[in-house]
Amino acid sequence: MEQFRIDKDKGLEFGLYTLGDHLPDPHTGERISAQQRINELVELAKLADQAGLDFFSVGESHQEYFATQAHAVVLAAIAQATENIKIASSSTIISTSDPVRVYENFSTIDLISDGRAEIIAGRASRTGIFDLLGYDLSDYEELFEEKFELLLKINREKIVNWSGKYRAPLRNAEVIPRPKNGSLPIWRAVGGHPASAIKAAYAGAPIFLATLGGPASSFKNTIDAYREALGQNGYDPNEFPVATAGFFFAAKTTQEAQRATYPHINEGMKRTNGRGFPKQHFAQGADKRDVMNIGSPQEIIEKILYQHEMFGHQRYIAQMDFGGMPFDKLKENIELIATEILPAIRKYTAKKEDD
Amino acid sequence: MKIVGLSGSKVGSKTRTAMNYIIERAQETNPEVDVTLIDLADYDIQFSDGRNYLDYTGDTKHVTKTIMEADAIIIGTPIFQASIPGTLKNIFDLLPVSAFEHKVLAMYATAGSEKHYLILEQQLKPILSYMKAQVVPAYAFIEEKDFLKKEIVNDDVFFRLDRLIEDTLLLAKTYQKMLEEKEASYGF
Repeated sequence: MEQFRIDKDKGLEFGLYTLGDHLPDPHTGERISAQQRINELVELAKLADQAGLDFFSVGESHQEYFATQAHAVVLAAIAQATENIKIASSSTIISTSDPVRVYENFSTIDLISDGRAEIIAGRASRTGIFDLLGYDLSDYEELFEEKFELLLKINREKIVNWSGKYRAPLRNAEVIPRPKNGSLPIWRAVGGHPASAIKAAYAGAPIFLATLGGPASSFKNTIDAYREALGQNGYDPNEFPVATAGFFFAAKTTQEAQRATYPHINEGMKRTNGRGFPKQHFAQGADKRDVMNIGSPQEIIEKILYQHEMFGHQRYIAQMDFGGMPFDKLKENIELIATEILPAIRKYTAKKEDD
Repeated sequence: MKIVGLSGSKVGSKTRTAMNYIIERAQETNPEVDVTLIDLADYDIQFSDGRNYLDYTGDTKHVTKTIMEADAIIIGTPIFQASIPGTLKNIFDLLPVSAFEHKVLAMYATAGSEKHYLILEQQLKPILSYMKAQVVPAYAFIEEKDFLKKEIVNDDVFFRLDRLIEDTLLLAKTYQKMLEEKEASYGF
């Protein structure tokens, strides 16, 4: 776990993530400028840092309704504005990037942040980036696997010798600067289907599992399959952390939280994915057995602990800014996380002094 | 309410002839409804390569987006080799999982042989159900002999198509009301 900078004794890590979406507030139909959105994300990371959260990450999406295509640049600003919080991408589309450039960027962010940077590499759910950068969609999987493998190699080896299909060979190449402690934690972003997690196990990488909705028990199947595949491929599952990511919002009551979030999520998904979030599924999300952490602080605490018991995961990251959520609501949530949710989670999941 | 008439073939005239009648009649009897024709013969649509439908461009994006924005869709299709044409199946392949959730889907077939009567029941309906459509139970079946020089010549066909339009609108309006009531009950 140490190579991924996870200290099990500290209990479940809690963080925030954003896709960097840039959507109108469905209540007003107004959209803030891209400049304001980016500045607010930096500000959000700052508040999360001050509130003692463990982690903050920013994703890249190269299509309409997004603002953080240059996510590494945004993360550099966040590195400068924060002090203790871990910072990462969620995710970096490694398939269509040059792993050398990605590594240079993130090890630089690691130096700026004094050793707080991580990479989560993904393969893109929307694929506009393939057209934009001139890649062939039929190479979707091979591009991802080859570039991811190279990224891990650069992280492991100071002098790299490599050749592959989608990039010029590297001959005694030294990829610099090196991160503060020699290497970066590099994770794989995976969707809900077990196959995606199993392939992360083949690659010997820790996973970030996206959990938009549905029973926690279904995601447990994916996590179990991942750990089993790690073992079969000669890795020790105890050395590989698991993180989960999903919708989050805290308010006084469940219904208040649902009212505050549903229009943002539904309208936002219509625009970014082409299909809204069915209200029936969203309503079921309030159930303790569902992974969606939307409700009162007490309900959320119970759900996260329930999920932790089931998944045995090391980090949970919350998405609460999707779909044009106003900034003051995000601030209120940080406050609730800092004063109510985080202390309870740490109390129940961290190793006790007398253990 | 938005209704799309989807004519599913690039070949022949029977399906389009029946669809022309449906579009005209549906608009005439329901002036408050927004009726749009999509005849796949008018578009150049690429094969599905698995991407999100919003990531296509040109005709492919226009057609899939129009379908996704509809409340009800009447599909007309010829029968080729004892099934629906590949052009129509490709439209389904381009759309996301559960694309027809909360949509009402109706269908009719034009065919050269009466032996094809159950093709819609056994082949198209399961696809629509899988995609979560509210399927209008009764469909219309029209044969070669019901057409002459690109005109419908059997009065019963007009009656069948009128009933198909009425059933579609009845189910679409009723479903929307029920859905609104159900969604209001969630309180968010």
